[in-house]
Amino acid sequence: MFDGASPMLSVPPADLPIVQLLDVHKSFGEAEVLKGISFAVRRGEVVCIIGPSGSGKSTLIRCINALVPLTSGMIRVDGIEVADPKLDKLALRRKVGMVFQQYNLFPHKTALENVMMAPIHVLGQDRREVEVRAHALLAKVRLAGKEAAYPGEMSGGQQQRVAIARSLAMRPDVMLFDEVTAALDPETVKEVLVTIRELAEEGMTCILVTHEMNFAREVADHVYFTDRGVIVEHGPPESLFSSAVDPRTRRFLSQVL
Amino acid sequence: MRPPQTASDLPVLLPFRVSRTRARFAVGPVRAGLLGAGLAGLILVAPAFAQGPDAVLSPFQVVLRWAPLLLTGFALNVAISLIAMLLGTAAGVGLGLGLLSEGPILRRIAWALTQFFRNVPWLVLLFFVMFLVPFQVTVLGVRVPLPDWIKATVGFALPVMANVAEIVRAAVRSVPAAQWEAAESLAFTRRQTLFRIILPQCLKRMLPPWMNVYALIAMATVQASIVGVTEMLTLTAQVHAAEGGRPELFAPLYGFALLCFFLYCYPIDRLTARLERRFETA
Amino acid sequence: MDAVPNWFRSLYETTGFNFTVFYDPYDWHRYVNGLKITLLLMVTTILVSLVIGAVGAFIQGGPSRFLRSVVNGFVVVFRNTPPLVQIFFFYFGLGTLLPAARTADGLRVPLLDNVQWAIVSLALFAGAFNVEIFRSGIEAVPRTTVEAAESLGYTRRKAYLYVVLPLALRVCLPALNNNLINLLKTTTLAYAIAVPETLYAVKQIWSESQNVLEMMMVLLATYAVLVGVLVWIMHRWERALRIPGYSR
Repeated sequence: MFDGASPMLSVPPADLPIVQLLDVHKSFGEAEVLKGISFAVRRGEVVCIIGPSGSGKSTLIRCINALVPLTSGMIRVDGIEVADPKLDKLALRRKVGMVFQQYNLFPHKTALENVMMAPIHVLGQDRREVEVRAHALLAKVRLAGKEAAYPGEMSGGQQQRVAIARSLAMRPDVMLFDEVTAALDPETVKEVLVTIRELAEEGMTCILVTHEMNFAREVADHVYFTDRGVIVEHGPPESLFSSAVDPRTRRFLSQVL
Repeated sequence: MRPPQTASDLPVLLPFRVSRTRARFAVGPVRAGLLGAGLAGLILVAPAFAQGPDAVLSPFQVVLRWAPLLLTGFALNVAISLIAMLLGTAAGVGLGLGLLSEGPILRRIAWALTQFFRNVPWLVLLFFVMFLVPFQVTVLGVRVPLPDWIKATVGFALPVMANVAEIVRAAVRSVPAAQWEAAESLAFTRRQTLFRIILPQCLKRMLPPWMNVYALIAMATVQASIVGVTEMLTLTAQVHAAEGGRPELFAPLYGFALLCFFLYCYPIDRLTARLERRFETA
Repeated sequence: MDAVPNWFRSLYETTGFNFTVFYDPYDWHRYVNGLKITLLLMVTTILVSLVIGAVGAFIQGGPSRFLRSVVNGFVVVFRNTPPLVQIFFFYFGLGTLLPAARTADGLRVPLLDNVQWAIVSLALFAGAFNVEIFRSGIEAVPRTTVEAAESLGYTRRKAYLYVVLPLALRVCLPALNNNLINLLKTTTLAYAIAVPETLYAVKQIWSESQNVLEMMMVLLATYAVLVGVLVWIMHRWERALRIPGYSR
């Protein structure tokens, strides 16, 4: 499942994977959700994880920023060992931004405050400097003018874009997207995807769990198909979508495409 | 894997009730017993170091010696609370129906009474009743004396009444309007609808808050000591004086009173929580 | 200037309604002092009990089993015993056990006086209820919102302070209102350890001036106003905390 024998040694330093997973297992009680997942993501790469619901995709992505502790295996993010019991969570989460299916904005704060909160509270950055950056980020996600709106006053697509800006405000190296369009109305899906695509084009490392196959085909550098806790098949989108080998992949793709 | 949720389901600003019902928080009977024992131990043992060298009774012996007397006092507290609950509930149901009445004047009066008796401090109400209710009343030419503890009971029944009225109102209001409409379309009168359809439905729902009021009134009965009723707290002070007023006896004696009330009220609290939880899921 | 006292004096002379507080400076002074003490008790116990509630609820969600059971025990005991007995237990029981300073001529000066003991025990009593109220509010904050804060690098303490508590507070405000109004009513229990609050002052006045009925009316009116003011403040607070976009 892992490309080559040991990419850690065989690739030049500049091309070192920024995110590496090796034989990751995760169980919730009796149920084993992840059964040995390994893959690597290089800096600037866009990776999509697809698969039927219940295949462990969300758990996988949550393991990467330590929201869910591993049962066994190794995850390394830019030199940080995620499974280390003495893990510095703040250091990890400065590097890894995450956007959720339910946006999870802080409902008692305006859009601008949502973007500004973490840099001020967590990183202790200067409020005025953060405010300038937050304005720029909201403009970047095409929400200039919505600074004073509360989450409850915005559409799902707008909230999701605020959530993206909120994560970017921490200046992460990697962005995780957990089915970020699944809860959206069809008409607002596009605006969120456009934002993510722009981010990808700017060179942000992105790991997406998604059901948007067309989006995956257009934007991803590499697509992983997971089912029942294992990676069944993976490859560049053109080859995976057009000439999948495994029958499970074929069945899934025939259902969703 | 993902918690099932809808888009903006933050329950902020939705109607809210304090739940006391999580298993995590529940203290089982065994642990409650331990807690009680711990409390008792703390109360009885803690002051031991303060004892003088004279061969006086230890705090534990003092409590043991006077426990029967103190428990009779506690029985009076329980009696007061039960009678007050009985009177207050009867009056409160009437007042609650007044709150629900169609007549605007009756409704206003009922509302004012409810608000008044709910918001005045209970101790103030108690003073009010003690001073303004005569020590005897004449019924049909027979003089009926009203001892202090009866007057105090009336004083406690008043806030019970107001709280019960509010419970009745809230419970009836919680029945969906469709029920009233359905009954009306079956040609029930308003009175019939209320007594045959609505109230039977909310009786169950009224039980937990009603028990809650009972626990509160049971704990409030000690306030009767302030207006001179010889209940447990008064007896505790008297016992303390009888034992020579040693300061180290305060903690065990009042601790004993705490323990009695805890052992009485805690099971009621647990039961209330259990009923609440059951009715919530039902 | 003297219109009010004169009016009440003439009311007494013409009708016999003897509102000494409103024309006798001595009684007025006692009444106002009582009111001040009631306000002091109310403000301090509300503040302290809110802190107890917030800290207790934080500990209840925390990792330490030991601290959790301590908080649970505290809540269970204080909720299920009479506040008046708690006050006596603290003031007489603990107050006499605590070390006390002595003045130059050997007089015992307790560590805390009766007003302070009243504040301590009333705040603990109301705090126990606040712990439960806050905990309920915290449980209503979606787990995913907390996860969002965590993935932004918030520690548990910071997430609690900036995200969980502000949201929980909004959820549990109605229950909190009730409890704080109850606390105001409970401050009258300080009477029992001779704290000269409103009830105590008014009772002194009526036993000396023999005007029970009139002073009763003053007393009831006083508490009606105090409760009314507190309700008004809490409603203002509720309105100020309302989040746009989420309607009730």
